[in-house]
Amino acid sequence: MSTATANEVQLLNVQIDGVWMQFPKGTRVIEACRQAKKHIPHYCYHPKLSAPGNCRMCLIELGSPKMTPDRKPIVGADGKPEIAWIPRPQISCAQDVSEGMGIRTDSPMVRECRQGVMEFLLINHPLDCPICDQAGECKLQEFSVEHGNAESRFLERKVKKPKSVELGPRVTLDAERCILCTRCIRFMKEVANDDVLGIVDRGTFNSIACHPDRALDHNYSLNTVDICPVGALTSSDFRFKMRVWFLKETATVDTNCGTGSNITVGSRENTIYRITPRDNDAVNGPWLPDSHRLNFKYVSDERRLAAPAIRPQLGDSAPTWQQAINLAAERLKKNAGRVAVLASGRATNEELFLVSRLANAVGAVGVDILPRTGAADGMLIAADRNPNTTGAKLLGVATGKLADIAAGIRDGRITALLALGEDATKAGLTAADLAKLDAIVATDILPNATTAAAHIVLPASAPFEKRGSMINLKGRLQRLNKATNVPGNARDDWEILRDLILAISGSNGLHSIEDVFKALAAEVPALAGLSLSKIGDLGVDIALPK
Amino acid sequence: MTAALLANIPWEMLAWSVAKAVFIIFLVVLPLVSYTVYAERRVSAAIQDRVGPNRTGIPTSLLGFKKDIQLFLGGLGQPIADAVKFIFKEDFTPAGVKHFYFWLAPVLAMLPLVSLAFIPFGSTFLGEKMVIADVSVSVLGIFAVTGCGVYAIVLAGWAANSKYPFLGGIRSTSQMISYELSMGLSIIPVLMLFGGMQLSSLVEYQAANGWLLLPFWGKGLSLERWLMLLPLGISFIVFMISVFAETNRLPFDLPESETELVAGYHTEYSSMKFALFFLGEYVAMIVGSALAVVFFFGGWHLPFIPNGAGEGGLSFLNFLPDWIWGIVNIGVFFGKVTVLLIFFIWVRWTLPRFRFDQLMRIGWLYLFEIALANIFLTAAIIALTNK
Amino acid sequence: MAYVVQRPELTLKEKVYLPSILSGLKITFGHLVKTLKGETKVTMQYPEEKWDASLPEHYRGAPTLVRDERGRERCVACQLCEFICPPRAITIKPEEIPAENQYAKVEKRPAEFDIDMIRCIYCGMCEEVCPEQAIFLRKDYAITGITRAEMNHDKAKLYELGGVFQGLVHKWNPEK
Repeated sequence: MSTATANEVQLLNVQIDGVWMQFPKGTRVIEACRQAKKHIPHYCYHPKLSAPGNCRMCLIELGSPKMTPDRKPIVGADGKPEIAWIPRPQISCAQDVSEGMGIRTDSPMVRECRQGVMEFLLINHPLDCPICDQAGECKLQEFSVEHGNAESRFLERKVKKPKSVELGPRVTLDAERCILCTRCIRFMKEVANDDVLGIVDRGTFNSIACHPDRALDHNYSLNTVDICPVGALTSSDFRFKMRVWFLKETATVDTNCGTGSNITVGSRENTIYRITPRDNDAVNGPWLPDSHRLNFKYVSDERRLAAPAIRPQLGDSAPTWQQAINLAAERLKKNAGRVAVLASGRATNEELFLVSRLANAVGAVGVDILPRTGAADGMLIAADRNPNTTGAKLLGVATGKLADIAAGIRDGRITALLALGEDATKAGLTAADLAKLDAIVATDILPNATTAAAHIVLPASAPFEKRGSMINLKGRLQRLNKATNVPGNARDDWEILRDLILAISGSNGLHSIEDVFKALAAEVPALAGLSLSKIGDLGVDIALPK
Repeated sequence: MTAALLANIPWEMLAWSVAKAVFIIFLVVLPLVSYTVYAERRVSAAIQDRVGPNRTGIPTSLLGFKKDIQLFLGGLGQPIADAVKFIFKEDFTPAGVKHFYFWLAPVLAMLPLVSLAFIPFGSTFLGEKMVIADVSVSVLGIFAVTGCGVYAIVLAGWAANSKYPFLGGIRSTSQMISYELSMGLSIIPVLMLFGGMQLSSLVEYQAANGWLLLPFWGKGLSLERWLMLLPLGISFIVFMISVFAETNRLPFDLPESETELVAGYHTEYSSMKFALFFLGEYVAMIVGSALAVVFFFGGWHLPFIPNGAGEGGLSFLNFLPDWIWGIVNIGVFFGKVTVLLIFFIWVRWTLPRFRFDQLMRIGWLYLFEIALANIFLTAAIIALTNK
Repeated sequence: MAYVVQRPELTLKEKVYLPSILSGLKITFGHLVKTLKGETKVTMQYPEEKWDASLPEHYRGAPTLVRDERGRERCVACQLCEFICPPRAITIKPEEIPAENQYAKVEKRPAEFDIDMIRCIYCGMCEEVCPEQAIFLRKDYAITGITRAEMNHDKAKLYELGGVFQGLVHKWNPEK
């Protein structure tokens, strides 16, 4: 035996379906089984919440070592202790493993128990799967197929409960579908610390309800919809919009704040329908704030910039990309040495890397990102609302010289501005200041004061429309993936930057976003040895220079 | 000088020739071709238990009426619709073809039409012989002209600059050259018996002495002619097989076998240029049938029907003017041709296609030898019976 | 192993080939005569003669939507037909039934229901998969149009073709 330190975890011997394994002390039985690749169906249990053990779906057979009268375990022929099985089933979610414990996850009794529990759960269930939004990702459907009966034996009338109840501004309840697992109640109490949900009425009329004087309006309320195993809680925004099996799921990263929560974007035919959190314990766990997950409607705004544009007096009103890029390069070169670059903290590392190259190429006198701050909520929303401030700092784009740039524009030292996805009027400049400039080249996705004042507008792509990487505030490098296509003739930001560099200083040999990351990794020591594919879906922590 | 030249021109003969050529080409051959195509489609349909084209009539429905007018039998307007369609189709010339020959080939495809000039299609009409060029060696003339038909196919296949037409052209050339031989040899017994090469007098001989294959009157009742039925029968079979091969009809349609060569030598052709090949093929069929009729079935002659001069036939029929019998003789000739055309169609929808090696074997190893031996047989019979 | 097929030994009659040709000609002539006499009839003369009378019960014609006895549209926009449709002919846009509607309890209905009849292959999968018995293949088979838009059957057209279906589904009966 090794020398035991104070915090070393004690390993316990547990027999699961006849195989002896070791688990650390304090492991729940259901988790031990999951690690042993024995899936136990469950509704009320959630790894991040307390376990009330009320759904009874996770019933298993448990046993403890047979003891001699003097409390010594009886050892069987195989050298392992013999197990005395408890004659009635036990729930696996509220129990920790113990030394010599025996578990049966697939015995005839266990199977019969699951069948019986399913039948009880479905007694009052309306079976309106064709209407229910949960269909396709519903645990009732899945376990019914796996463990339930094909036909109902229930002859009596089903209990009617309220349907389509608006619990809050974003959550709608269908009490008939509810199986009273209380996950939502526990989430609001334990995670959101806003105990507004509870169970009212008695017996078969039990149903979930909100406190009469309150509403489920917490900024994390939509997480109750995610954890609801059935279709009882539905998102009012996503309700009846699209069946889940049509949604293409793209693993990407939230860009609303510096936390960089992991998300799954559900889209179909270039339309985003919903955003759900993606489990990543290193970043956001299984949660996501409502304000972040509902912020995707702007992507399908009909005002989206879809074609390059230049001021009418400068040439063709509907220029080709090449014409627009050439004109932009020409205007920037003319003002070389008097150019400022306003980059964005919402840009990916690849884009920021190209921004710094572009700034060198045009001899920019000032480069900075536009800071964006808000109140932190102490949970997942960071005060820095730019998702990639860390990356911008690492790549030397975030210089803190924004005030200098603004002053330079006002006193005429700077005569050209390259605004990359940001509105210069938010940096303390007025429309009159912008009007003084000899050249404004703006890339953006929606029209704003800067694109209105710009000489050349180049339509770019939204965060859901591009690939790339970002570094969150804790220094975790994460990857964005493309869920939908850019509208019309718009382009990927990095391609626009690449073409601008190309038009200003000649070839650079970058043909794909992977090439850009490769060049980036070669230049920045913190990213050395990485590639886009090595980042993976969950990201990697990188060592940031102090 | 000019006046003397003009005076020397045989105006009457010229007028008759033009009239006969116009009659043959525009009033007989072109309609006959169109309706042979129609017959081909209706007969094949009937053989295959289908209906075939039975809809196209006079298109009054275009003018707002409820139905098209159908004459006698449904679909008689079909050939006209086909022709209109051919004319209005895009005439597409693929890139890379050899333009001059590509255009020349469909023109040459119409050459078999010339050989109709030598064929007597009637007795006499108002004292004029119903044959355009009544030359003394008309048999040679016909073979000379039909022999040129192969150029159309060779040129089409080569000029298209594409592999399937090329293969089709090659096949067609070798096939036509091979069967030309046995076709020529198969006719020799007829000429030996008749002792001349002028087709109009061959028909007159048959009118007087019994058709070569049906010798029931005149000299036809002699022992010689009955013995001659054997070589003549062989001649007829060899001749017919060769005609099938010469006209590229099934079972010898290897040059355009769809399953292997798309459409053979005319794959790259469209619109009227394609139509000319199509037309040429059917004209060749008509010429072949006409030759068979002239050689073996007495041409324009039908027993008991007088000729255009009112001679022969049953005497009580003479109450009608002679020119009517001239017209009837023309009708009889084309009637016989039509029967043979129907036979062509019937065979086409009965037999499968030969393999190319089988085709060559039949041509060179059997038909050629049989036709050759047949000449000696004929000679022997003539020698024995004329002792 | 190469497998050699023995070629049949041909008799003289078969080798000469002409007798076989004659028997072939006899067969085709027989068909010709029979067809001309009208004894064989295979082809139906379409616009004059129609299938309608002899269509079998299981005939799969144009897919249509049906209403129930009380005029409620049976479709609840579950989009299973859209999912199962092999040529992807069906496009559905679901919507919530407004609260003042008498069938608000049903909650969901199609706002738009389009079947592209150019794409439809009449396979009947939509009918088979429908949990509400709302989509049926009727016996209409002459679906024609001059434009693509005409060949796109929208919700109104589908209900017009489908009509009312006396049915078995009592799920939305409040008594059940």
